[in-house]
Amino acid sequence: MSKSENFRRIAIDPVSRVEGHGKITLLLDADNHVQEARFHIVEFRGFEKFIQGRPYEEVPYFVQRLCGICPVSHHLGAGKAVDQLVGVDALTPTATKLRRLLHFGQTLQSHALHFFHLSSPDLLFGFGSNPQQRNIVGIIEAYPDLALKGVKLRKFGQQVIAAIAGKRIHGAAALPGGMNKPLGEDERRQLLAGIDEIIGWCGEAVTLNEKIHLEHPENQRFAKMDSNFLSMVAADGALEIYHGGLRARKSDGSTIFDHLDYRKYFEVIREEVRPWSYMKFPYLTALGRETGWYRVGPLSRVNNCDFINTPLAETARQRFKAYANGGLVQDTLAYHWARMIEALHCAESIKQLLSDPEITGTDLIVHGERQQEGIGVIEAPRGTLFHHYRIDEQGLIEKANLIVSTTSNNQAMNESVRAVANSYLDGQEITEGLLNHLEVAVRAYDPCLSCATHALGKMPLQVELIDDSGSVVDRLSKSSYGEIERAI
Amino acid sequence: MSKTAPKLRIATTSLAGCFGCHMSFLDMDERLIPLLEHIAFDRSPLTDIKHCGPCDVGIIEGGLCNADNVHVLKEFRENCRILIAVGACAINGGVPAMRNHFSLRECLEESYLDGLGVDNPVIPDDAELPLLLNKVHPVHEAVQIDYFLPGCPPPADAFVEVLTALIEGREPSLPKNMLRYD
Repeated sequence: MSKSENFRRIAIDPVSRVEGHGKITLLLDADNHVQEARFHIVEFRGFEKFIQGRPYEEVPYFVQRLCGICPVSHHLGAGKAVDQLVGVDALTPTATKLRRLLHFGQTLQSHALHFFHLSSPDLLFGFGSNPQQRNIVGIIEAYPDLALKGVKLRKFGQQVIAAIAGKRIHGAAALPGGMNKPLGEDERRQLLAGIDEIIGWCGEAVTLNEKIHLEHPENQRFAKMDSNFLSMVAADGALEIYHGGLRARKSDGSTIFDHLDYRKYFEVIREEVRPWSYMKFPYLTALGRETGWYRVGPLSRVNNCDFINTPLAETARQRFKAYANGGLVQDTLAYHWARMIEALHCAESIKQLLSDPEITGTDLIVHGERQQEGIGVIEAPRGTLFHHYRIDEQGLIEKANLIVSTTSNNQAMNESVRAVANSYLDGQEITEGLLNHLEVAVRAYDPCLSCATHALGKMPLQVELIDDSGSVVDRLSKSSYGEIERAI
Repeated sequence: MSKTAPKLRIATTSLAGCFGCHMSFLDMDERLIPLLEHIAFDRSPLTDIKHCGPCDVGIIEGGLCNADNVHVLKEFRENCRILIAVGACAINGGVPAMRNHFSLRECLEESYLDGLGVDNPVIPDDAELPLLLNKVHPVHEAVQIDYFLPGCPPPADAFVEVLTALIEGREPSLPKNMLRYD
C-alpha cells in the first residue's frame, strides 16, 4: 500500500442501512480520479474453529446466532447437514412442509425488511437526497401507508416463524431427522386469516419496484455488469429455496452445470483469500479465479429458474424476463424487483402450505444410522448457503466449512462499487450524496455482514482495553507480519 | 407523555453481535410508529448518521471482538447519557466469545490457511482491517453501563417497556416474562 500514501483516502465507515458492517474505501489522486475502490468486510468470528469439539446436535442452535436477520436459513442449512449425519435422506411429509413453511416465513420477513426498512429511502427519495430524511422514519412520515404495509409484511413473516419455532428470533425448530413440534390448528387458522391481505401487499410491492426500475433508465444502467449466476433449482426447473440441485450459468446464458448434487459443491467452487478483507472471494473452478466470480440471491434465482410454481409470482417473473427480451437481467438494481417477486412467491406458498391438511400432522421424526459427514445447502434470502460438517466417533465436530450467501457476492459487490466510483465519482468534488451512491450499489445485494467497524485514518498498531476504573484490562499490538501479541 | 416535550434522542449499534437484538427492536412492529412522536434516531444501522452525537440513550448490541468495537463503544459512552447493554453478547460475550477457548491464531489459521477449498492461503492483515482482540469481552469490562437487558434476543415487549419508561422519566419495570435468558 506504499503507493497509496500519495493519494487521498476517503472511507465510508460504517456502510449503513445494511445488515452488519462493512466499509468502503476510495483512493483519489490530486484531480479526484479514482485510483482504487474497495468494499471491505471487517468481520471475523472464527466459527469454523470454535465449533470443533461440540456435539453435532448443538450446531443448528449455534449457527443461527451468526445472523439475527436470517437465523432460520442457518438453522435449516445446518439442520439439513445434521439430517445426513444421522443418516436420514428424507423427512416425513409434515416435517418437510413445516421446514418449507418456516423458510418461506423467513424469506418474506427478510425481503420485506430489506426493501421497506433499508433500501426504499434511496429508491423513493433519491440516492443523493437529504441524509437526515433518508431512512425508515423518513418513509413513515412521507409514505405512512406504504411504511405500515412494510412493517406488517415483516411482522407476518416473523409470526410464521414464531408459530413454528416458538419465538421470532433464534427459536427451536429443526431436530436431527425432523422437527421439534407440530403446528397447532389455532396457529394455522390465525395465520391463514391474514394471508390474502399479505399476498395483495406483496403484489403492490412488486408493481412499485417494477415501476421504479422501468421508469428510471439511470437505475437500469447503475452498476450494470455481466456476471455468472449460481442458484438452486427444483428438479423440474422451478424456483426453489429449500431443496434442489445447483445451476450455474455464464453471463451469456449458457449452462456451466445443472441439477448438480450440492454435496459436491467443493468440486465446483473454490475460495480465494485476499489480505484486505476478512470475507473470502469464491469462484467457479471451471472458469478460474479471474472470470469465475458469480452472483447469488434474488436476481440470480429469478434469472436462473425456468418458472415459478405460484401463479402471481410467475406472472411477475414473465414480465421481469420480458424486460430483458427473455435473456438474463444483469441490472444490479433489478435485485430489488426480483426480491419482491420472491416475496410474492413466499406469500403465495405460505397460503398453499397452510391450506395443506398435512401441515398440522404430528409425525415429525425419522431415524437413521450415524454418518461421518453432512452437507446442507439452502437458498437463504441473500443467496446459496453452504453448511458442511464432519464428526468423529463420539459425534463431536471435527471440521466445519461454511460459505455464507453474502460471501458469494463479495466480488460482485466490489465490481459494483468500482463501477459506480468510476461513473459517478471520478473527477468530481466528493459529496455525501455521491458517496451514498456507492452504498446504494452495495445495498442492492442486501449484504449480511453481522459485525462492526469504526475507524477513520490509519489503524492504530496498539490497542488498549481499559475498564471503568481506568486500569488496563488488555493491551495488544500488531507486528509487521500481522501477528497479534498480547502485551500484558 | 407530553407531545411538546423534546424528543428522546437514541443511538444504536451492533458490535460483535448478530443483529438479532436490532431485529427484536424492529419486532415492536407498528408499536414503533407512535413511539416516533417521542423519540428520534441518531447513529444507528437504520440511519445514515455515521457518528454518534449527543444523545439521551445509547443501545449497544454485541460484545467487543476488535479495536473498532472498542472505539464505537467509547464514542457511545462519551455521547450518551444512558447506556443500555442489550442481549447475551453485550452482557456476557455470547456465541462470539466461544472463540475464547482457542487462541486467535488457531481461529485465523483454520479459516484462511486450513479451510476446505481455500485458494491463496494468507491471513488477512491489511491496514484497513481492524485489529482483533485476543479474547472477546462483554461491554461492561470497558465502560460504565447503566442498564442490562438480557435475552438472545431480549423480547420486543422489553424494548417497548424500556423506551416507554425513559420517555415518561421513570425506572423501567420488567416483569419476569420480559427477562429472557434464551
